[in-house]
Amino acid sequence: MSEVLNSSRRNFLKAGAVLGSGLLISFTVPGAKKLAGAGGASMVGPQSGAAFAPNAYLHITADNQILVYLAHAEMGQGIWTTLSMMIADELDVDVNKMVVQHGDAWKPYNHTLFGIQITGGSSTTYSEFERYRKAGATARMLLVEAAAKKFGVSPSACTTANGIVTAGNKTATYGELASEAATLTAPADVPLKDPKDWKYIGKGVKRLDTPAKINGTAKFGMDVQFPGLLTATVLHAPVFGAKVKSVDAAKAKAIPGVKQVVQIPTGVAVLADNYWAAKKGRAALKVEWDLGSGVQVDSTAMMAKYKQLAKTPGAPAAKGGNVDTGMSKAVKTVEAVYTFPYLAHAPMEPLNVTIELKDGKCEIWCGTQMPGMDQDAAAKVLGLKPEQVRVNTVFLGGGFGRRATPASDFVKEAAEIVKASGKPLVKMVWAREDDVKGGFYRPAFVHNVKVGLNADGMPVAWSHNIVGQSIMEGTLFAAMIKDGIDAASVEGVADSPYLAAVPDKLVTLHSPKNEVPVLWWRSVGHTHTAMAMEAMIDELAHAVGKDPLAYRQELLKDHPRHLAALNLAAEKAGWGKPLAAGRFRGIAVHESFLSYVAHVVEISLNSDGTIKVHKVVSAIDCGLAVNPDGVRAQIESGINFGVSGALLGEISLEKGRVQQGNFNDYVVSRMFDTPAEIEVHIVENGGKMGGVGEPGVPPVAPAIANAYFSATGKRLRDLPFNKAILKA
Amino acid sequence: MAKYSIQVNGTRHDVEALEDMPLLWVIRDIIGLKGTKFGCGKALCGACTVHLDDVAVRSCSLPVSAVGEGKITTIEGLSEKGDHPMQQAWENYVVPQCGYCQTGQIMNAVALLKSNPHPSDQQIEEAMQGNLCRCGTYNRIKAAIVSVASPEKAPALVVPERNHSSK
Repeated sequence: MSEVLNSSRRNFLKAGAVLGSGLLISFTVPGAKKLAGAGGASMVGPQSGAAFAPNAYLHITADNQILVYLAHAEMGQGIWTTLSMMIADELDVDVNKMVVQHGDAWKPYNHTLFGIQITGGSSTTYSEFERYRKAGATARMLLVEAAAKKFGVSPSACTTANGIVTAGNKTATYGELASEAATLTAPADVPLKDPKDWKYIGKGVKRLDTPAKINGTAKFGMDVQFPGLLTATVLHAPVFGAKVKSVDAAKAKAIPGVKQVVQIPTGVAVLADNYWAAKKGRAALKVEWDLGSGVQVDSTAMMAKYKQLAKTPGAPAAKGGNVDTGMSKAVKTVEAVYTFPYLAHAPMEPLNVTIELKDGKCEIWCGTQMPGMDQDAAAKVLGLKPEQVRVNTVFLGGGFGRRATPASDFVKEAAEIVKASGKPLVKMVWAREDDVKGGFYRPAFVHNVKVGLNADGMPVAWSHNIVGQSIMEGTLFAAMIKDGIDAASVEGVADSPYLAAVPDKLVTLHSPKNEVPVLWWRSVGHTHTAMAMEAMIDELAHAVGKDPLAYRQELLKDHPRHLAALNLAAEKAGWGKPLAAGRFRGIAVHESFLSYVAHVVEISLNSDGTIKVHKVVSAIDCGLAVNPDGVRAQIESGINFGVSGALLGEISLEKGRVQQGNFNDYVVSRMFDTPAEIEVHIVENGGKMGGVGEPGVPPVAPAIANAYFSATGKRLRDLPFNKAILKA
Repeated sequence: MAKYSIQVNGTRHDVEALEDMPLLWVIRDIIGLKGTKFGCGKALCGACTVHLDDVAVRSCSLPVSAVGEGKITTIEGLSEKGDHPMQQAWENYVVPQCGYCQTGQIMNAVALLKSNPHPSDQQIEEAMQGNLCRCGTYNRIKAAIVSVASPEKAPALVVPERNHSSK
């Protein structure tokens, strides 16, 4: 294949990488407009009654309240604060005095790049950087104009600070100017401040949502309550795809507080006065199931099959030269197989949705990453037009991708309960077991990698077969799959900087299907591709007797942002300097979501041989860090999420049944699993902005595996590592 | 169904509930205090932590019939204005991300210091091991607890001040 084709393939995959991670860039999505929460069109947006409502993102009331409406959802990543900072800096108001809320499902809140209303792909901050600053700047310009009129001076004689316009000895608050400003026409374009005049951006503020989250007043979906509301639990099928054959609800209905039992497409729902009665009612149900083909899923057998499949090439995802010829010319080859289990997101707040259906109108309260698609899905189930459905986004008790299902699985299920029961006000609550057993997992994957090295120890041939379920397949985003390639399965390999200089290469993908629903899990394809790439690079370095850092520096010499993150982390960690006895280091660097992250981890071995991570020194290049402490917090978070997945996490299936159910057997990291020391360093180079919510995750697993090799001379290639160590 | 009279945050509540109904659901669904969270239902995650006579308990697994005359404190009753020293420490270290587990974390941390005012790092880890956080805020949780228990060992704050006003 020619270089031209190669490069266009890479470019496609770049776009796809962003997409896989968060979703699609709209121009690449056939039919994106149709997906874009069509119902939003005829809705009116926030009804604040504010005197001055210059745009969908910012209203100002006569009594001087600054109301901010978020186009994205706050799920821990900090955008409640970051988006507010953007407006505050341009508007000249105290960011701590703003009243912040989630916007409805409404077209003006569609993602500036992806074309639908979504929080994902670690994209909120960079994709809103212009829109939210402009919202503030436009309002400020109109307020100044209103003040100038009132004072009888020219706008240039006015200055603004702390929500007040001043000209000479005359002052007026924004609230006092609100009605007048509302009569003025906003200019098509407004100038934005010079970065040197930013007060908040780049310097940072404390999260605005902290007070509510430490005194118990922050409202999550689980906390939605109305008089007369019924709580519903659902008995789900024991096997994915199974259907209800018969229901005996007599005992369930006898439980005090149980009001109704209804069959829905995904199982049997019990509606009751409160959660406890609904849960007891569910436990008393007798349901026979038609299990269907899902009963055949066995994750151990499946992985064996995947490994076989990975020996053969699948659909080409990246290609250059002739890999067979290249391999035959190599002086040395290194081969490795990496395996990754299914993983559940397990956000702390179990999934839940509240729906009210009254007078042909529907209102939903839900922690969701995709309110527009949920709006469409609920409307379809309830036989309404999307504009008859209002979605109120509340705080998300964690998302990690689980609250962004293209299938709107949980919202649809709640709507089905409302439809089947005829009850006007229902809150559906999943138990932890429903969440852990409920599918929509990070797909299981196998990577089979073979690399040929030349006499200098540099890779000259790279063969890489990937096997795993497609996330896009069967969803509204299936049109994103091109020539058999779901970019979310290969992002991080097909576009790897390490492959750019390899003349003979072939990356391929098999996308087997089964009944287990799969979904993006914090950092999507990079959850496995970074491990395969960065562990292999380490294997190559050792195979040719080179220092893993020096080897990477050589391979990444034309990739300055990778190199900057790598070098900063290595320098701060004291790479090459002696360690305390029993401590070992590993390193990895990976680009995802347009940001570059390197980790140096320090581990020791527990008495049973398992891994204890003590320290992680991290460096991120995300371009401008709008809220630096928020960036640090997200990398800390990503590291802990990564440690959890690398050492502990696994979902397995036998006879179609998920073997885990709660935090006793779906093990996630606890305080003692956490590296006692985490240092985050931010590379400041003024480069293009990238995301921060996910990029901290991918390099964790390979850095740990590489440290384990330093400790033992053994390679860890099967996740989760601690299980692999105990099995060996 | 049976009748119970329980004391929550200094107020007596007469409630009618199934006798195996966990305290969590009495607090949330009957009394209507939503700051105490449901995470696992099996005392595995700590999101539902409240105090029973100053001792941290997992309210999701404590039947209302077992509460008796014990005094229950929830996050709403911890302080008048959300300014208990532990809450202030949480604010200082900007601990919460999604925030769902944090009220349980705070209640557990407060109970820890009541029984052991100056815990070692290891004692903190042991006492907090039952409180999960999927956002992985453990490092800041630990820093916040240390800052209250042993101010001289408080990790340096690298976070910005809350109260700066716009120019």
